[in-house]
Amino acid sequence: MDEMIRHILEILENDARASPEEIAALTGMSAQEVSQTIAKLEETGVIRHYKTIVDWDLVGENYVYAVIELKVTLERNQGYQAIAERIYKFPEVRSVRLLSGNYDISLTVRGKSMKEVAFFVAEKIATLDQVQSTSTHFVLKTYKEDGVILHEPESIKRLPVSF
Amino acid sequence: MRPPCDPSKFVAEAVKSIPPSGIRRFFDLVSGLEDIISLGVGEPDFITPWHIREMCIHSLEKGQTSYTSNYGLPELRDELTRTYYRRYGLDYNPASEILITTGVSEGLDLAIRAVVNPGDEVIVVQPSYVAYVPSVILAGGKPVIVSTHRDDDFSLTAEALKPAITSKTKAIVLNFPNNPTGAIMEQEGMEDIADLVVENDLFVISDEVYECLTYGGSHVPFSSLEGMRDRTVMLNGFSKAYAMTGLRLGFAMGAPDIIHSMMMIHQYSMLCAPITAQVGAIEALRNGKGEMERMVREYDRRRHFIVKGFNSIGLECCNPKGAFYAFPYIGNTGLSSSDFAERLLNEKKVVTIPGDVFGEAGEGFLRCAYAASLDDLRKAVERMGDFVDGLKQ
Repeated sequence: MDEMIRHILEILENDARASPEEIAALTGMSAQEVSQTIAKLEETGVIRHYKTIVDWDLVGENYVYAVIELKVTLERNQGYQAIAERIYKFPEVRSVRLLSGNYDISLTVRGKSMKEVAFFVAEKIATLDQVQSTSTHFVLKTYKEDGVILHEPESIKRLPVSF
Repeated sequence: MRPPCDPSKFVAEAVKSIPPSGIRRFFDLVSGLEDIISLGVGEPDFITPWHIREMCIHSLEKGQTSYTSNYGLPELRDELTRTYYRRYGLDYNPASEILITTGVSEGLDLAIRAVVNPGDEVIVVQPSYVAYVPSVILAGGKPVIVSTHRDDDFSLTAEALKPAITSKTKAIVLNFPNNPTGAIMEQEGMEDIADLVVENDLFVISDEVYECLTYGGSHVPFSSLEGMRDRTVMLNGFSKAYAMTGLRLGFAMGAPDIIHSMMMIHQYSMLCAPITAQVGAIEALRNGKGEMERMVREYDRRRHFIVKGFNSIGLECCNPKGAFYAFPYIGNTGLSSSDFAERLLNEKKVVTIPGDVFGEAGEGFLRCAYAASLDDLRKAVERMGDFVDGLKQ
């Protein structure tokens, strides 16, 4: 990979709001070059999306999250892709992953209450033809999300002068 | 009643002859201030990567708190041998050519004491780290200063070195990538130095602690030059590359006679380096490459930012190719380095280190560590810009 592309991606992965000017100052490229490179990375799908990680608890919006394990049976001529597509189109579903091991697919579902999430799983997911069984695990607390620690511990003090 | 005494008379002459550090007063000034931004540090702002800390914790939980071999844990020396063979094709015997030290600071003291006889001249290239001259003095040697200059990007040239060599010259202390200038040496320039070293039968003490922090090229160890392996002791450590400053761990690599002599002093002074840090260092060498490279890329971006920033506020700053220091020129403001740094601290609360702390050749410059958050660097450049504008009025 081009070293400059790596720099740009690392900067944006850490701070999606970094402007082309800011990135230029950090890489020695011109702001125009940065913009063009980013446009290309967006076009080719290397950059998929820009998002914000929100701690909804702090504004009193107490979302309920659950991790759902699914066992599925595949139908003739249909791979996992088909069932994944059926599932990820629900906006309640935040992530869908195919896994190795005891079950096949793992989902993260968000709702406003445990009841809402439970009913969503019971009515929309468990009733799909290919779904053999579901197992719902409600999230009690999130410590780290997408590489971001949500409750940072105190920072360490360094000596202000050293050689 | 027994008479009172003046304890100062007990202090050894060698200690008294160490020149006073100009930074002491500066240190006291800083400690009284709030809301400062510090570019004055000589250490990473990263915390030691978690996998290394976790290994240290695990070793403590297991009760790994004993002495180690004077030379250091065999596993750590084995790992160093493998690492340097992989990186540079250097081949050091872990049993006799590697010594684990308590930071490079101890390694430096040992190396100098191992080779310097009273009256020997030791060439110290400046601007450079503050410990070299005192270490030579404490060993009874005579430091001879050779200066590097901005015109050469603070690289050492054979022309500058040659006149300083006399029949009494025993050794030369090199430090590239350099603290405080961020300079590196290109291989070609190093070969010229190596020729002089052979011609004059000198020994080289090469402090390469910033080895991994080299940007846009790869580091060349002095000992990797033809004929230099047995004339060089390479001093290195984990502080900068793996953000392990407070864990105090370094190592020395060289010919068996030199390493053994260093060990002779080490065994009666330090005995061995702290075992917890040694365990962490093994983990750093085995699994730390990814995190280390991530930190280096981060420094690289800050380097671009600060060099551009300084030049844009009228402080000429050449592009440092190593370490994590920028060394802008402030001579055209009419202030000395220490006046500039002191006023900048009092008026704008930005801590920098006056260049002359690192030797006379550093006068007219400031050492600014960019091992600080981007937010702090932004604020620092802004405040320094205001300060420079204020001077013009």
